[in-house]
Amino acid sequence: MARRYKKVNRSLGGDIATVLFLLLIGAFMVLPMLYAIGSSFKPNDELFRFPPTIFPQNWVTTNYTDLFVLMNTSWVPFTRYFFNTLFITAAGTIGQIVCCSLCAFALSLHRFPGNRFITKLIELALMFNGAVLWIPSYMIMSSLGFINTQWALIVPVFSSAMGLHLIRSFMTQIPMAVVEAARVDGASHLRVFWSIVMPNIKSAWLTLMIFAVQGLWNAGASIYIQSESLKTIAYALQQIISVGIARAGVGNAVTVVMMAVPIVMFVISQSNIIETMATSGMKD
Amino acid sequence: MTNETQFAPKKQSFLGHYMKTKLREAWNNKVLYLFMLPFMALFITLTVLPVITAIYYGFTYFNILEAPKFIFWDNYVRMFIADDLFMTAFRNTMLFAVILGPGGYILSLFFAWLINELSPKVRAVLTLVYYAPTLANVYVVWKLIFSSDTYGLLNGNLLKLGLITQNIRWLEDVTYIVPCCIIVLLWSSLGVSFLTFIAGFQNVDRTLFEAGALDGVKNRWQELWYITLPYMRPQMLFGAIMSITSAFSVGDQITALAGYPTQDYVAHTLLLHIQDYGGSRMEMGYACALTTVLFFLMVICNKLIQKIIYKVGE
Repeated sequence: MARRYKKVNRSLGGDIATVLFLLLIGAFMVLPMLYAIGSSFKPNDELFRFPPTIFPQNWVTTNYTDLFVLMNTSWVPFTRYFFNTLFITAAGTIGQIVCCSLCAFALSLHRFPGNRFITKLIELALMFNGAVLWIPSYMIMSSLGFINTQWALIVPVFSSAMGLHLIRSFMTQIPMAVVEAARVDGASHLRVFWSIVMPNIKSAWLTLMIFAVQGLWNAGASIYIQSESLKTIAYALQQIISVGIARAGVGNAVTVVMMAVPIVMFVISQSNIIETMATSGMKD
Repeated sequence: MTNETQFAPKKQSFLGHYMKTKLREAWNNKVLYLFMLPFMALFITLTVLPVITAIYYGFTYFNILEAPKFIFWDNYVRMFIADDLFMTAFRNTMLFAVILGPGGYILSLFFAWLINELSPKVRAVLTLVYYAPTLANVYVVWKLIFSSDTYGLLNGNLLKLGLITQNIRWLEDVTYIVPCCIIVLLWSSLGVSFLTFIAGFQNVDRTLFEAGALDGVKNRWQELWYITLPYMRPQMLFGAIMSITSAFSVGDQITALAGYPTQDYVAHTLLLHIQDYGGSRMEMGYACALTTVLFFLMVICNKLIQKIIYKVGE
């Protein structure tokens, strides 16, 4: 039976103040989201009414039905955008999990020359992000022939320093002795990797998947892709609302659709993500 | 006696011996290097190589059409002497970094700590509420809230309450752009570091608190400083890196909020300056020099902060 820990050094007044304070700031945090959801159900005349309100007086779903109508009139079939996003996300996520897990397996559970150096190098890479280096990255992508292909979005995800760091830290929970024992029993590295390590790091996979999906889902108007038929759903949705004020209502519906996907995914996998992040610390 | 000399290694320099054992060790682990190959090959091509490329082109004049011409320090001299916008961009980048780096970091730590006090169900809900801004990424909505006409949520309600008599052009008026941006950026600053802290607080060994109470820890603040934070140092280091890295790469959020360029370039940042020279003016050499500056700024600040965090609770 789990032991119930006595709460020490806590006062009732302090606890109540904490909850009230958290709710107050929490209201500020969700206000823009609520406003977007509220506005997406407003009829057009309520969008431009003084004084503005967060929630509509008459709830209508015309903005969403209009969005579907607009989707059906697009020049490239909308399913095409949808499948592009699906393909980019799936390929990027699977590749990232495979590449990062393989490398992390070697780095976290074995000693060999160069291990420490490579670990340090990857930790250094956490200290800057790809957005800063987009010009040299673009030059390299173009010399690799990745421009105007979906690989330009997919391949960088494979070698994410953050992905490697999370998986490597999670793997260090597996005792080295287990791996060594399996090796002594004659299991190959690949066998140990596949049968012992991979089943034990499912939380880390899921976390990587969520972060990858979040990143790729919002990969809208990428500088790497020019062909309309290769573009993503995020781009297509942004295009719909780029017309401006005439589509203000539909614009709110688009915002809600765009934010719903990552939020729903987070809700589903929250406990696994927290479990993974607990091991993400940097030692030494 | 004779046995010992028999097994002594042959005369060989220390270095040679060291290299030989290392090479043998490496050969015995050759499969592991194969395991690392896919990641490392891509990592070197797409992460290490861009850094080197940026440093190299930073010393050249390069406009894509002609071959790069080596001009040594000229780009860097130009940055500090002839480019007025650079100073604006630099100042703003530092301003955002100082407010969002430490600010976002402390907010993440503070809210994660408070949320951790609650029961698991409430904790899960509030974690979602506080992390939602990062997930949702909806700067567009803030544009509606800060809208310059009377239909904007902020203007409309301030007018109704009689706090202002005329609508304020929040995102076009040079006095308000930067403060508005800071509010929105702080709103979305509870990112990966926040999640790391939530997880870290849950992992603290609870028996330590009881032991601490016996040793004279009097309230929750002392408990935080003397017990929890020192215990969480690994998470705090990781969180700091995440906060600082994102604090230096402010740019797209500003464009989404206040357009590009912002009025009189008041909210111009280094990342936007790079986009300006690299994306519009095709001065790749100068853009790469700017990239190099921002890159080293990020890495050096990260290293410094790491040194400071090692000191917490010591």
